[in-house]
Amino acid sequence: MWSSLRGRFSLWVGKIFGRRSVKIGIYGPPNVGKTTLANRIIKDWSGEDVGVVSDIPHETRRVRRRKDVKINVDRSSIKLDIVDTPGLATKIDFRDFLSYGLEEEEAKKRAKEAAEGVIESIRWLDDLDGVLLVMDATEDPYTQVNITVIGNMEARRLPMLIVSNKIDLPTASPVKIIEAFPQHTVVPISALKGNNMDKLYDGIYEHFR
Amino acid sequence: MAYTSISGEKMVRVDMISEDLLASMTSAEKIRMILDGVMEGKILVLERGLMPDEEAKLIEATMVEISPEFVGIEMESYPAKERRSLVDRLFGRSKSQARLTVIGSPNQLKTIKKDRGLITALISEV
Repeated sequence: MWSSLRGRFSLWVGKIFGRRSVKIGIYGPPNVGKTTLANRIIKDWSGEDVGVVSDIPHETRRVRRRKDVKINVDRSSIKLDIVDTPGLATKIDFRDFLSYGLEEEEAKKRAKEAAEGVIESIRWLDDLDGVLLVMDATEDPYTQVNITVIGNMEARRLPMLIVSNKIDLPTASPVKIIEAFPQHTVVPISALKGNNMDKLYDGIYEHFR
Repeated sequence: MAYTSISGEKMVRVDMISEDLLASMTSAEKIRMILDGVMEGKILVLERGLMPDEEAKLIEATMVEISPEFVGIEMESYPAKERRSLVDRLFGRSKSQARLTVIGSPNQLKTIKKDRGLITALISEV
């Protein structure tokens, strides 16, 4: 309750004085393309990369924050702090990493760091002004992580935009996500190919300004 | 252990926890009960589930316990319902209503299918 009020007040003050960056967390399960999206946004507006991406789950195991990314939409702009978070999960088994060619010790270390990353991601929820919840358009949208993040954002009354990523893949079905969460705005994109990013920037401006 | 042997047949124990019992517990008590239950091999069915912040705390507490022996939890619930009274609407407030939730070890509980109104899962011994 207090963190929700504090967040809304802080956002409101920021809007009035037009100086403050809006802190946006990029959330979602592992391997949905959160870091690819963070890289895309930051590259589009500042020309830099944030984090490494790979096919192995839990590649991002520490929160990465890039401050003051200015996004221009029409004649207006919004300044964002982009917070790229480790993938949220309810289970992490080091054995799952062995199939990606990791040695046992390396896999155990990765599992431990991934668990720490999940804790860090959850703690960041208290310090954000809004969330981009990234979902894989080729997967079932009713994952527990999605339900928990949406529930927390609704309870905090903080703005959230659902990003239906990987629409460049033939099996993608953004409609499933739209039907699953009809009360929220869903923007279908491909962070990898850069498809529909203009729509996403419009949505970011509308939801988080 | 959560297995009960009846006439030599091994069975999985399922604890169905009522809304009233959950309402009488603090968040910390609920989380401890769930984690202890899963570690003992029980399947837990919560009549009214957890609030969103409790779900987040449960995930956090689960991650603290992750080890090669304990790989976490399988948790499945329906999307929360938003409950807004007239007074809530006037003041721009809302309350999320937690819904039925099933929790168990990922080694025992496998979700087959899930949508807004149906969770299909398989429960195995180990």
